[in-house]
Order: sequence, then structure tokens, then C-alpha cells
Amino acid sequence: MSQSLKPLNQKAWLLVLPVIVCVAFSAVLPLMTVVNYSVQDIISPERRVFVGTEWFTAVLRDEELHGALLRQLGFSLAVLAVEIPLGIALALAMPTRGWQASAVLVVVALSLLIPWNVVGTIWQIYGRADIGLLGAALQRLGFDYSYTGNAHHAWLTVLAMDVWHWTPLVALLCYAGLRAIPDAYYQAARIDGASRWAVFRYIELPKLRGVLMIAVLLRFMDSFMIYTEPFVLTGGGPGNATTFLSQYLTQKAVGQFDLGPAAAFSLIYFLIILLLCFVLYTWMQRVGTVDKGAIE
Amino acid sequence: MRPAVAGPGVAAAVVAPARRAARAGAGVHLRVLFLLAYLAFAVLPIYWMVNMSFKTNNEILSSFSFLPRQFTWDNYRTIFTDASWYSGYVNSLIYVAINTAVSIGVALPAAYAFSRYRFLGDKHVFFWLLTNRMTPPAVFLLPFFQLYTTLGLMDTHLAVALAHLVFNVPLAVWILEGFMSGVPREIDETAYIDGHSFPRFFLTIFLPLVKSGVGVAAFFCFMFSWVELLLARTLTSVNAKPIVATMTRTVSASGMDWAVLAAAGTLTIVPGAIVIWFVRHYIAKGFAMGRL
Repeated sequence: MSQSLKPLNQKAWLLVLPVIVCVAFSAVLPLMTVVNYSVQDIISPERRVFVGTEWFTAVLRDEELHGALLRQLGFSLAVLAVEIPLGIALALAMPTRGWQASAVLVVVALSLLIPWNVVGTIWQIYGRADIGLLGAALQRLGFDYSYTGNAHHAWLTVLAMDVWHWTPLVALLCYAGLRAIPDAYYQAARIDGASRWAVFRYIELPKLRGVLMIAVLLRFMDSFMIYTEPFVLTGGGPGNATTFLSQYLTQKAVGQFDLGPAAAFSLIYFLIILLLCFVLYTWMQRVGTVDKGAIE
Repeated sequence: MRPAVAGPGVAAAVVAPARRAARAGAGVHLRVLFLLAYLAFAVLPIYWMVNMSFKTNNEILSSFSFLPRQFTWDNYRTIFTDASWYSGYVNSLIYVAINTAVSIGVALPAAYAFSRYRFLGDKHVFFWLLTNRMTPPAVFLLPFFQLYTTLGLMDTHLAVALAHLVFNVPLAVWILEGFMSGVPREIDETAYIDGHSFPRFFLTIFLPLVKSGVGVAAFFCFMFSWVELLLARTLTSVNAKPIVATMTRTVSASGMDWAVLAAAGTLTIVPGAIVIWFVRHYIAKGFAMGRL
């Protein structure tokens, strides 16, 4: 999207129109409804009162929300810190040809295609001390492991589950990126006697910039709206150790049916994500251009 | 293959070939070891569920074994003979198929426009599309419920398929745009000079060039629609109830029927595994071209 060589053509709008219509129907309409709710007190379908920014102030002062937001940020950063390096390492270690390549690819990608509540179920079974392999093994090793009783264990289990679930996405993207590097680059490096690390740092990493950006954005956004897996595994507990933002919002919206506060919260949530992603997007683009300039 | 595996560099070959080769050898071992460790980490939880799906509930709770002692197909039989179970799979497949087809259909021309032309507000529209990918489904929960009730779409496959467009259309546009930008623009120009009309050029010349992109985009649309629970569960009740919802409801209804739950979970993995097998070459092929 960066080249200025592209011809200016307003008719291109016609090609984009179907997408706009689709997304407008399924995103803009609902979002307007949320805005509508957020400024009204809905007592019954016929009786509603305009309350202005009252819900927003209430939600912003909500201590529980602050807690959930902090937990969410900590979790998302931990997810990125583990999954991105692990995904790159995995992509580098995957075989590139023969039947092994296909087999490893399929096994690695498998966890991505499992419905999210089944992921929760799998780890629920896996981690239980009485019937689960992981839980029983940890007990045997002398850890008093319990993801339902101990807040730290619960948090770590949710993190392990997310790593198990999503590292393959990072790995697949990087793997595809690596395959697109022409052999000539490696041959040139070999002639220069470059070390393995130098090959990674100056050939592979720069070429992976595009896919890594997609991976970081996707992982950040998705971990920021994680709901189903912790819901099934821990139900947000013990206490509220694994209650993240979506969980908290759903409790408010569907559990307590507080339409006004829930809608105000939805909008704030949406804006936070928008802001964070915009920052991430611009930052990665800048880093990218600096990197490119240094190499060329 | 990596240079570390392929052998020492020319200069280094003179200095210390043996040490170089040894180090490269150690590197290979480490790599294989790491790969095997990860594969174990990836497979063990799944293996444990599959293992459990062939046991009886009694055995699951009373003993601990790596292979079922009383091997049984009963859990699977329950699922295939009980309509409330197997219709869940059919429902899921229907809305996922509709969603994937619509997503790719509308995303193709749009991605072409983004990759080939500048137009008023193009960057803003592109970022706006991405914001929809970022929006937590929980935000849309209430309004979707109201909107589809008003339109009489509640509990239909179409409702879920449409709801999932929110995150799949932007993703498809994003992926396809990347692939299309990798195709040289001279191809378009040559086709126009040769007198091809736009639809004919697009379908017969351009589309085959980006077919791996279409494969990857379809794969991700399938994936994100197949695994989504929150919206799919809220917008359906009986007629279009997806398998993921059937599972959560059965858990709460009949206590913990671990064995049948494990069998149902195992079956949800199957369509995914089949799809991966078909698109594995496409995934590996592209994706790289510096997109931004």
C-alpha cells in the first residue's frame, strides 16, 4: 500500500463497495446500536431516558474494570513475549522438504483448527490432577498443582494453553515467510562465511518483517479479546485471577443485563483496542523503514 | 536448506573445517531435539483427549492409563446416532461454508482495488476494515441479538454466517491484498492492451496467479468461523445450533460426561485436519512479499 506509482482511479471504489456494504451491515449497524444504548437508561422497551455520559463515568471509575484491564495487558504482553520468539524458532526448526515437511506442518497447524471451547476442554482434562496427564505428572513431581485453587497456577495454565493454541500461527506465518527467501541470499552468505546468527539477523529477520507484523498484530488483538478458553477452563477464577476484559463484559451484558454500562464499556473497550493497534501499526511501520534503510 | 547444515564457508574451510562441521552437526541435533520437544508439547494434550474418548466414564475416573483398557466405541456411537449431536456438525459446516464463500467473493475485487489503485480514502478504508478484525465479538453481542431478532434471522445458518463476516472479510481482504501486490502490474497492462475486458482478465488471467492467496485466505476464513463460539452460540438455539454450542450445553446439562465430551472434541478436530492437508502447500508458498 505504500508505492505512489499506483494510478489514481476513483472507479476502484466500485470494487470495494461489496465489502463496505457487508461490513457496514454486520459492524457499523451494531456499533451504532451500542452507541445508542450507551447514552440511555433502558427501563423497558418503551421507556428509555437519555443519561448522557453517566454510564461512561461510572464505568471509568469501576475498580473491577481497572483490575481486568491490568490483568489483560499483562496477559497479552506475556503472550507476545513467549509466542513470537518460540514461533520464529519453531519455523526455523521445521523441515523444509519431503514427507516430514508435510507431516510436521499438519501436526503443528492442528491446534489452530480446534474450536476454542474444545481447547478449553482439552486443557481442562489435561490439567486435572485426578484424570489429566499434566496435572497427574506435576503432582507426581511434587508440585501441589491445581488450576482451580491457586491463582498463579490458573494464570500460568491459561498462558500455557494460549501458547499451545496460538504459537503455530506465528510459526506458520514465519515458515511461509522463510520459504519465500530466494536461495541466492543463502549462497551469498555462505560465500561470505556468515555465521548462523548473522544469516538469521541480516537475511531472515528482515525478510520476515512483513509476516512478523501480521503475527504480532493478530496475536495481540486476539489475546486481547480472549474469552472462550479461560471461560471453559477456569471460569475466570479462582477469584478473578483469570477474568479478562471480554469475560468481564459478557458478565455485565448477558449475566446482569446492564445494557447501559455494558454498552459504554463496549465502546471504551473498542477504543482501547483501536488505540493500541494504531500505535503498534505505526510503530512497526517505522521500525520497518529504519531497518530497510540500514540494509539497502 | 540452511547454510549451517550445508557446510562451512570457503574462508572458514581453510581455517577450521572440522570444528565448523562439528558445530553444524550439533546445531542439527539441537534443532531436531527442539522440534521433537515442541511436537510432544503440541500432541500430548490432543492425544490425552483421544485416548479418553475410547474409555468408559468409569475407567476415566477410576484408573490412569496411557491406553484404554476396555476399548469402546460407545462414545462415538452416541454422537452418530443422536440427532442433537450430529446435527451440530452439519450446522457448523453449513454456516462456515456460506461464510467462507461470501467472504472470499466480496474480498477479491476489493483486494484488487487496494493493490492496484489509489482512490479517495483508500488508506482510511483499509484501516477501518482492520479495526473490525480487532473488535472483540463480545462488543457485538447485544446489538447482533437485537438486529437478527428484528430481521427474523435468529437461529438460522445465515445469521451466524453474516455475523462472522465482521472478522473474516477484513482478514480476507488483508491476505489477498498481500498476494495480489506480489503480482507485477505489467500483467494487467499487457492484458488490457491485448483487449481483454476486466471481468475476463480478472477471472481467467489474474485469479489463477493468486490462487495460492485464495487458498490461504479461504483457510483462515474457515478456521476463524469454525472455531468461534460466543456469537455462534448466542445467535442460535435449535435449528442452527453449532457443535461447539452443543458441547457446552451438554456439559452443563448432564454433569461431566467426560468420555462423550472427549469423543465430540476429537470429532471437531477432524474437519480441520482435512482442510490443513489440502492447503498445506499453499500456506507454505506465499505470504512473504513486503506488504506495507
